[in-house]
Amino acid sequence: MADSTTITQPRLGAMGWARWTWRNLTSMRTALFLLLLLAIGALPGSIWPQRSIDPARTSDWIAQHPKAGPVLDRLGFFEVYASPWFAAIYLLLFISLVGCVLPRSRVHWRAMRSTPPRTPSRLERLDDSARAEVDATPEQVVAAAREVLRGRRFRVHSHDEATVSAENGYLKETGNLVFHLALIGVIVGVAIGHLLGWKGDVIVPVGKSFSNTLSQYDTFAPGPWVNPDTLQPFTITVDKLDAKFEENVTGRGQFGQPRDFTAHLTTTTSPGAKPTTETVKVNHPLEIGGAGVFLLGNGYAPVVTVKDAKGQETYSGPVPFLAQDNNYRSVGAIKVTGADPKPLGFSGLFLPTAVIDKEQGPISIFPDAKRPALALTVYEGELLPGGRPQSVYVLDTSEMTQLKDAKGSPLRIWLEPGQTYQLPGGRGSITFDSVDRFAGLSIRHDPGKGITLVAALLALAGLIASLVVRRRRVFVRVSPAEGGGRTVVTVAGLAKGDDDGLRKVVEQVLGEVTTRATAAAGTTADSRPRATAPTGTEMDPRS
Amino acid sequence: MTNETLAGYANLSLYSAMAVFTIAMVCHAIYLAGLLPARDRAVAKDATSARERELVGAGAPAETVSAPAAAAAAGSPTDGPELSKRARSAAGIASTTTWLGGLLLLASVVLRGLSVDRWPLGNMFEFAVMGSMFTSLAYSIWSTRRDLRWLGLFITGPVLLVLGMAVAVWYTEAAELLPSLKSYWLVIHVTVAVISTALFTLAAAATGIYLLKDAFQRSGRASVLDRFPDAPSIERTAYGLHIVAFPLWTFTLIAGAIWARQAWASYWNWDPKEVWTFVIWVVYAAYLHSRATSGISRQTAAWISLAGYACVIVNFAVVNVFFVGQHSYSGL
Repeated sequence: MADSTTITQPRLGAMGWARWTWRNLTSMRTALFLLLLLAIGALPGSIWPQRSIDPARTSDWIAQHPKAGPVLDRLGFFEVYASPWFAAIYLLLFISLVGCVLPRSRVHWRAMRSTPPRTPSRLERLDDSARAEVDATPEQVVAAAREVLRGRRFRVHSHDEATVSAENGYLKETGNLVFHLALIGVIVGVAIGHLLGWKGDVIVPVGKSFSNTLSQYDTFAPGPWVNPDTLQPFTITVDKLDAKFEENVTGRGQFGQPRDFTAHLTTTTSPGAKPTTETVKVNHPLEIGGAGVFLLGNGYAPVVTVKDAKGQETYSGPVPFLAQDNNYRSVGAIKVTGADPKPLGFSGLFLPTAVIDKEQGPISIFPDAKRPALALTVYEGELLPGGRPQSVYVLDTSEMTQLKDAKGSPLRIWLEPGQTYQLPGGRGSITFDSVDRFAGLSIRHDPGKGITLVAALLALAGLIASLVVRRRRVFVRVSPAEGGGRTVVTVAGLAKGDDDGLRKVVEQVLGEVTTRATAAAGTTADSRPRATAPTGTEMDPRS
Repeated sequence: MTNETLAGYANLSLYSAMAVFTIAMVCHAIYLAGLLPARDRAVAKDATSARERELVGAGAPAETVSAPAAAAAAGSPTDGPELSKRARSAAGIASTTTWLGGLLLLASVVLRGLSVDRWPLGNMFEFAVMGSMFTSLAYSIWSTRRDLRWLGLFITGPVLLVLGMAVAVWYTEAAELLPSLKSYWLVIHVTVAVISTALFTLAAAATGIYLLKDAFQRSGRASVLDRFPDAPSIERTAYGLHIVAFPLWTFTLIAGAIWARQAWASYWNWDPKEVWTFVIWVVYAAYLHSRATSGISRQTAAWISLAGYACVIVNFAVVNVFFVGQHSYSGL
């Protein structure tokens, strides 16, 4: 009873708004928008350096871009895939997916258990329809139609005596639902792997051993629910590391390329177990103790011996140097805490094939140890100032003094294998004994990867089914024609979406129904004089 | 035969293929030019076809499906007697030389593989050659089932361009692979990636023509595109290609993840190439979604698929070269 000038509209309450939001969130249009947003959102992670992949490069980039760097950092551009806005996009997408797929599953379940719908009364109005007159009674035509459609693997039902309804292609929607639900399985597998998995990296020089305990890793990253005490204590000894580089092909980009890395190991699965020899190559990891051992890096560990002035050894062993370029120009440090009188620190370069370039100084021109050399400078003093943690490969020279030569410039030591250098001032000597290699092992445990793989393959199967299978309905209607004993039969088809083959199916069904009904009528006509007619005489029109 | 000789023959095959594709491209262009009717014939034809359309519409509902729809569904350009003999023979030469070019590329790929004793798919050069081979062979094989002469120019042209880039910019001598590429997964993952890229290329070419024809039809301007198959059937052709290429790309993604676990210790590292593969997958998924959404027009869906193809090009040409990651091998 409103005043004609006031505008009245239905108003949405809180429940109404909630329903509206949910319906829009789970709509196809929103899903489309979120998918495109996900694609765009993933791009910055490939353009800007990511902290989880290369922290050094990331800090370098921020340092080189003092204005843009911190802003992008705060916006999460250097940790895109862990950032809240990226997570928001894919979480919304998955809520949309679940909210759409579950009701659709209910609808599909009901459709799978129900019969095809009633035949429309005017079949000629459908786009794909065909009509013919058949020399057979309506009952014979209906029976023939049912057989033909059942033979074509349709689900057939007659709602009345003059019509047949058929439907097939339920696998399309089943495949669609399986695909979308399997994506959830992928997410579950990824989550389990993240929560219960762990990874660690360790550098093991040739001849040394490593045991799978927390303290022996160089870096160790456990998932949030991992207890490091439950690691299985297998041990690995690196016996030998073979490395082969391209020496024959001299074309651009080929000479000096790595060709093979193989690590020969001796492993035991637990203390006291029988040792077994294994080989680990780049594409052939070792599976031990539920974890995978991967050969991800390698490099050189020159073996040096440092003696004091009296000739006693203060340090002897391989020292890993880290490669900086493709020719394995490596940097590292030798820290001799027991040197006499003061602790010594050597820092510098190891070059597997050493050459002194006019502009760049000492460089390596080939990655294999063809002409190895060490180029070092020496410091003495406090190696571990303040007890602070420091990198094994870098000297902290804040409380050290550099040794100088007679002219007053920094002391430069150049050693080739077998050579010894006498340090000035009675500090002893350093000998470059030989060149060893080290294996960079990455050890990972991912309990969710099986789930992810199975879910991904299920998704692929569901996807193929949903794209290839055609969902169709075929209807047949019969009516008696003039001149008794004849029937007008109309066949029509309805497809879900584009279907180029439907017209042909309709025409083929009509043809087969006609043939079959005529044959049935002919047999019945022939057999009328005879009381019993063997049913086996009827020929299959399809053969 | 020594390895160098085989590699030399492989390059020779490649150059021959490029020469043959040039001929094919020119002949396809002559065919398309021959589709353009002379101006006076075009006016007369428009008048008769308009009359035909009126007659069909005014009649009783057809007993079987009407003829124009049938022709449209068959997807062939309306040939008719107007197609000159020169254009017809140009089309014949074009399809034969496209076949020859594809087979020469196949020979080049096989010879290169024999010269290095491995599957020839280890760097950008080999990827480009194999991709061009699959594109032209897929086009040729598919054109035995339906008339695709209208698409020929837009396939041979890009193929020639890619082969030119391969020879001029991405060429690298035949040699062994890096250790991380020495795996049977190379055959599985990268070959399926190349095949799906070839199919995406065919689909993108068809989609481009669809959008052009649709724009011309809506503006009412006459053009050679009127002699192409009608727009909805071109769009359905492109959709058919996409639904083959998309599951193959999904398989590429899965196989890549399995291989990544073997080679790099983790099945997903957010490496730039992995990210772009995922982005391509998501964009084409958006295309399939948009085609199934009733409110979104086919033109919008077509533009989304072209955005996906742009990502495919970036994934190959930009990510390998400019973005640092585990897929960038300095051997290139």
